[in-house]
Amino acid sequence: MNRFSIARPGSVAEAVREVTTHPAAKFIAGGTNLVDLMKYDVERPTHVVDLSRLPGLNTIEETGEGGLRLGALVSNTAAAYDERVKERYPLLSSALLAGATPQLRNAATMGGNLLQRTRCYYFYDAATPCNKRQPGTGCPAKDGVNRIHAILGTSEHCIATHPSDMCVALAALEAVVKVAGPQGERSIPMADFHRLPGNMPEKDTNLHGDEIILAIELPEPRFGKNHTYLKLRDRLSYAFALVSVAAALEMDGEKVVEARIALGGVAHKPWRVPEAEEMLRGKAAGREAFSAVADRILQGAQGYGGNSFKIELAHRAIIRALSQAAAGTPQSQTDKRIQ
Amino acid sequence: MADLDLPLRQGFAPDAGISQALPDDIPITLTINGERRELHVRPWTTLLDLLREDLSLYGTKKGCDHGQCGSCTVLIDGQRMNSCLALAVTKDGCEVTTIEGLAAPDGTLHPMQEAFIEHDAFQCGYCTPGQICSAVGLLKEGHARTPEEIREMMSGNICRCGAYTNIVDAIEDVMAKEGAK
Repeated sequence: MNRFSIARPGSVAEAVREVTTHPAAKFIAGGTNLVDLMKYDVERPTHVVDLSRLPGLNTIEETGEGGLRLGALVSNTAAAYDERVKERYPLLSSALLAGATPQLRNAATMGGNLLQRTRCYYFYDAATPCNKRQPGTGCPAKDGVNRIHAILGTSEHCIATHPSDMCVALAALEAVVKVAGPQGERSIPMADFHRLPGNMPEKDTNLHGDEIILAIELPEPRFGKNHTYLKLRDRLSYAFALVSVAAALEMDGEKVVEARIALGGVAHKPWRVPEAEEMLRGKAAGREAFSAVADRILQGAQGYGGNSFKIELAHRAIIRALSQAAAGTPQSQTDKRIQ
Repeated sequence: MADLDLPLRQGFAPDAGISQALPDDIPITLTINGERRELHVRPWTTLLDLLREDLSLYGTKKGCDHGQCGSCTVLIDGQRMNSCLALAVTKDGCEVTTIEGLAAPDGTLHPMQEAFIEHDAFQCGYCTPGQICSAVGLLKEGHARTPEEIREMMSGNICRCGAYTNIVDAIEDVMAKEGAK
């Protein structure tokens, strides 16, 4: 780990000032990803700003519009087991519990989870080229070992995936990220928070360098009954998703009224195709309709050899997840048998 | 502190953080195994390194040093966490319990320690302090009840000797006894 100075601000304004005056600064909250990356010399901040003592960011509150506001410093554990989250946003609770381990969830925060970096092997290995870690050096993953890599929205510069489970659920639930910067506060819908690699793969999100995440706001709950988070991975627990699907349906008997579908493990951001969700409106829930939706979501998917299996895997996972959601039988995150 | 005496890695470009004057040590307070300690730490010292290198609490083990194996698990304010991924300075004011702090002052072992012995829940023992601290955290959380749930909730602790079956038995045993009280 490189050497760095540390600041321990007592207010959001002070925290923002610290990163405005130190361009090579990094915020630290739970530290579960940043400290790991610093030990691998992937992140080398010269100044670290400890957010753990900022007041007011560690609570879960009603928004007043029927939604819930999850403070940026709320731990993944606290959010997953919060009674209001479990009852009104069980999809989010399930996705949180599908990720990492209890030790990591206890330390990791909601804001930090949003800013998780990819687990691409080449990004993590400072001895290899990587456009995300060092722009302009190339992407060895495209012709290398790429079992875990993206099949949608890639660019010639980067085929990394976003690793979070939580973010996939937040995308399906259309959460909004509240941030503050020198110019004041703004709201970023989940769909616009993460970005595709394009020709700037070093940028994971549309957050500015001098902005700080305050909270995640969930809209009024609509999908408390028909939902699932289906995560497929190389081992049953504590592994990143090869493919995951967050599915949320509003049903009227056998008919779908409204659908939200987001995929994890397949792109540089949670993958949503609103046109595909539209296709389900008013349709009878069933394999035929779900398969057509899967075709649409995966339109343009491209494999790179090691990850080509993900296209068929994702197709099947979408159908299975929609079937689970329609039946009101969400995937258990303990009993990993897929029904 | 020892880590400052290490030479720079071969072929590694010096960075701004090293060429500048070193930042001052930061004063922090930690309550470790019930004892309040006033400490001075470097910003980059992890809680794991502080425990082992500075405080000679060698019970907490360094395995992967990246949050993947769980051997460094300790309880921070009662919650299990990987001490290798926590910068000590960010835990200022916290209560830390390590494997050394689980037994009663008279040496009576914690029920979880007793159960690990009773069920032969280890072979080489390297992962054991982390397993036991993690299991104590699990019990306090109260989310795991069945063997299946225990396995899922202990997936952050790897045992390369493969003592998993007996580890689950030990935890179930303590859980049953706690429930019977």
